Amino acid sequence: MSVPARVVTLVVAFLAVAGGASFLVINFLLSSPPVEAYTTAADGQVHVTMQEDPQNTVTNKPDWVSYFIKSPTTGQWVHTTLFQVPAGATVDMTILGYDGCTPLRNPFWSKVTGTIGNVADVNGKPTKAINSWSGCNVGHTFSIPGIGLNVPMATPSVTATLCSTSPCTSGPHEVMTFKFKVPTTPGDYFWQCRVPCGGGFIDGFGGPMQTIGYMTGNMEVVS
Amino acid sequence: MAASEAPPSAGSGGASGAGSGRAGQAEPNHGLRIFLIWLVVALAADLLIWFVWGPHLPPGDMASAANGQQFDIRVMAVMAAPVMALVLVYGAYAMIVWRHREGDDTDGPAIHGNTRVQATWITVTSVIVLCLAGFGTYELVNGQGAGAGEGPTAIWHPTGTKPLQVQVIGQQWRFTYRYPQFGGFETTQLVLPVNRWVQFNVTSLDVIHSFWAYQLGVKADANPGVNNIAFTKPTSTGRVVVRCAELCGLWHGAMFDYGKVVTDSAFMTWASQTRAQLADVTAMLPPYATTYDPTVIPNINKAMAKAGIVGANGYYYPPNDPVQP
Repeated sequence: MSVPARVVTLVVAFLAVAGGASFLVINFLLSSPPVEAYTTAADGQVHVTMQEDPQNTVTNKPDWVSYFIKSPTTGQWVHTTLFQVPAGATVDMTILGYDGCTPLRNPFWSKVTGTIGNVADVNGKPTKAINSWSGCNVGHTFSIPGIGLNVPMATPSVTATLCSTSPCTSGPHEVMTFKFKVPTTPGDYFWQCRVPCGGGFIDGFGGPMQTIGYMTGNMEVVS
Repeated sequence: MAASEAPPSAGSGGASGAGSGRAGQAEPNHGLRIFLIWLVVALAADLLIWFVWGPHLPPGDMASAANGQQFDIRVMAVMAAPVMALVLVYGAYAMIVWRHREGDDTDGPAIHGNTRVQATWITVTSVIVLCLAGFGTYELVNGQGAGAGEGPTAIWHPTGTKPLQVQVIGQQWRFTYRYPQFGGFETTQLVLPVNRWVQFNVTSLDVIHSFWAYQLGVKADANPGVNNIAFTKPTSTGRVVVRCAELCGLWHGAMFDYGKVVTDSAFMTWASQTRAQLADVTAMLPPYATTYDPTVIPNINKAMAKAGIVGANGYYYPPNDPVQP
C-alpha cells in the first residue's frame, strides 16, 4: 500500500472512531430532556401543568409510561420531566392522570403529604389519601422526597379505554390539583413515581422509573 | 559522626544497624538508640490517640453501638501506632544517621539477615495480629452486635428491658419506619428515645439497600424477604444522619434522611401524636410483619379474617413485574 493510501486509511479510521465516540458522548452522555422554566404569575403563584400517560408514542420507547410537562411559553406538551421554579414560590400544580391503575408496593404512599394543607383535589374534590388496593384507584405518584411531598395520582375507571397516543389530549382522565411551597434554597430536587410501573423490569422499578424524561426528573429551584 | 566513616557491619546486627566501626572508633549502639526514640514516640502517639484523638474518632459516642465502634477503633489505633512508629523512626534514623556523606565512597555492610531479629519480628507481629483477631471477634459477637445486622436470629441481644421495636423498610429511594408497639404506624421520620435499647428490624420491599444510621453506629443491609436485626442504645439526644449504603438505583445518592434522638417524654408525645395523625393510612397498611413476602402477607390476612380480626385490607406489592389489573 502506498504512503498516501496508508495516510488516507489512517485518517478515515481515526475519523470513524472519533465520530463514533462523539456520537455516543453527545447522544447518550450529554443529552438531556429540555427544562421548562416557570415564572411567578400575576396571582403570585407558579402554575405548573403535567400529565402522566400510559405510553410514550413520541419516543422510541412507546411502551414506557411517561410524564409530560406543558411548556409555559408555547402551551405545548413537552416530553420532559425537568422543570424550573423560583425559590420560595408557591406552586399550583395540575396533573392530568390518563394512565390506568397499578397498586402501590407500599400503601403508605397512599397518603397526601407535603402539600399545603396536606390535601390534593381529585377533580375538584379535596382528598387526603387514596387507597390503591381497595379499588385500584392509583396510577402513579408525584413525590419529591427532599421536601416531603407525596401525592398519589387518581386514575380513570379500570374499565375505561385509555388514551393510546401521547401526549394525550383526549380520553378519560382525572385532574389532580394541589399546591406546595418551593424551598428557599436553590438546587435540584428530584421527584419520582412510587408505583412500580416499569412493566417488564425487575421489581417494576427499572426502565422508565429510572430514566429522566419518563417517570422521574428534577425540580430545579432557582433564586 | 562515626557512622559516616564506618557503616555498620553485618556481623553486628544488620537490622538494627549496630556494629563496630573502624579500628579505634566506637560505634554507638544504634539499636538502643532506635528503641528509646521509638519508645518515646510510640508512647506519645498512644497517649494522644487514646486521650486526645480518641474521643473524636468516628462514629462518635451518641449511642452504645457507636461508642463500642469508637472504642474498637481506639484500641486498634493504639495497637497499630507503635508498629507504624517503629517503621517511621527506623526510616528517619537511617536517613539521618546512615545517610551518604560527602567524600565517603565506601560500600555498606553486606547484610545476610539476622535470625534473632526475624524471629522476634515474626513473633511480635503474629501475637499482635492474633490478639486483634481475638479482640475483634469478641467485640463483634458480644459488643452489642457491633451495630451491624445480625440476621433474623440475633446472636447478641440486650437483656432486661424490652427494646423499642423499629422496623426499617427500604424502598427505592426512601427509608420508612414502622413502630409496631404503637399500632404499627409507618412514617418517614426516625425518632428514638434516649437511654432506651432500640431493636431495628431492617428489610426491603425491592432491591438491596443498607440502613446506615451513622451517629447510632448502626449499619445493616436491607434485603427483601429478610429481617436483619441490629441493636443500639442512644445515649444522648441529637440529630442522626441516615443514608443508604448500598447502590440501589438512579437516586441512591439522594436516599438519605435525618432522624433524631429525643427525651423519653418527647418521644412518647411524638409517637402518640403521629399514631393519631397517620391512623387513616395505617388502616391501609398490612399487619405488621418482620418481612413482607407477598406469599406470606395474604395468608396472614386470610388467617386474621378467619379469626374474626379486622385488619388492613392491603398488602405490599409483590416484588415482580407489575400487572395491570
